[in-house]
Amino acid sequence: MFDNGKLLATGGVSSLEGAGGGGLASWALITGYGTRDGVGVDGHATYISLPDYSLWTEGAAVGLFDRVELSYTHLTFDTEKVGATLGLGKNFEFDQDVYGAKVKLVGDAVYDQDSLLPEISVGLQYKDTDHGAILHAVGAKSASGTDYYIAATKLFLAQSLLVDVTLRETKANQFGILGFGGDKHDDYSTQIEGSAAYLFSRQFALGAEYRSKPDNLGIAREDDSWDIFAAYFLNKHVSLTAAYLDLGNIVIKDHQNGVYLSLQVGE
Amino acid sequence: MRRLGFAAAAALMLAGAPALADDTLFQDMGGQDAIVKIASDATDNFLADDRIKATFDNTNMDRFRKLLAEQFCVVAGGPCTYTGRSMHDAHKGLHLDNADFNAVVEDLQKAMDKDGVPFATQNRFLARLAPMQHDVVTK
Repeated sequence: MFDNGKLLATGGVSSLEGAGGGGLASWALITGYGTRDGVGVDGHATYISLPDYSLWTEGAAVGLFDRVELSYTHLTFDTEKVGATLGLGKNFEFDQDVYGAKVKLVGDAVYDQDSLLPEISVGLQYKDTDHGAILHAVGAKSASGTDYYIAATKLFLAQSLLVDVTLRETKANQFGILGFGGDKHDDYSTQIEGSAAYLFSRQFALGAEYRSKPDNLGIAREDDSWDIFAAYFLNKHVSLTAAYLDLGNIVIKDHQNGVYLSLQVGE
Repeated sequence: MRRLGFAAAAALMLAGAPALADDTLFQDMGGQDAIVKIASDATDNFLADDRIKATFDNTNMDRFRKLLAEQFCVVAGGPCTYTGRSMHDAHKGLHLDNADFNAVVEDLQKAMDKDGVPFATQNRFLARLAPMQHDVVTK
């Protein structure tokens, strides 16, 4: 069942919200190393250290027959000293559960080297954040919400280049950590995210990502985000991703750029 | 006259150059000898690979090595002729799955590592082989 039959790195890593992807972007690739005749599972732990906040995520995902991906991730956002400034208390935390599902529609990012057709998947992420009363107080309309996305991922093998472009329909404020919808804007908006990675070897890739975000809350400006990352695949069971991540302004603090570290283990 | 003949020949060569098949990849992989060696080393890896070695139980391996080298040469753009069956016919009835196909890819990558083919060059070659998955994998 766990055939570990896919080629190294072709399951991607665990993105922020738990889907198979890069760091910021959810990709079309189905997580893990199961082929269409098998199953793959993986777990991840990710730590993001920003100047004024920190963020932990832990989660697990399963890839079924290289067709369907199901994921669960728990995210903890620590407000550190900002929490005290805002009167919430030092190290006040927001917790969020993310339930994800993804289905591959068409294409194969690896085999279809004779065509420009990418691998295309659609997915959703249901996110539920705690402290609803506080989220409402800052202007959010809901503490939970669902993102919908369509992702196109292509390995340009002759160029050793992997490219993803994903469109996301979302109402999330700061990935949903600050709830969904806002006083300024309460409709879904289409956001774009993407990654480009150059493969230096079968085990090592360097790349960059970009992700636009809505700006729904009157209380604070929300910026787009980007990162540059390095991913190291020790084998089909262990990978490490390190990135320099820029999330821009988060509530009362500008220039939230810092370090992203993620470990993925799988079977 | 001799000089004119040389110039004419050079001009002909230059004019003819773009019409020749692009053998850049063939050259970058090290030419004919290197490709024969890669095909042979890859075959050794297939036969040592528990995941796929049973596939070759009824195969004449001397002939297989020769055909694989021919095919690699043609795919790389070299001056060879492939005398074997089509990929579809050669794999019909073997019931190979994607894991088998990928095992072959990994064994070939290992052979190219051993034979000093740079990673980016390996990928240019693999990119030409990858679509064969459609004919090879029938399960």
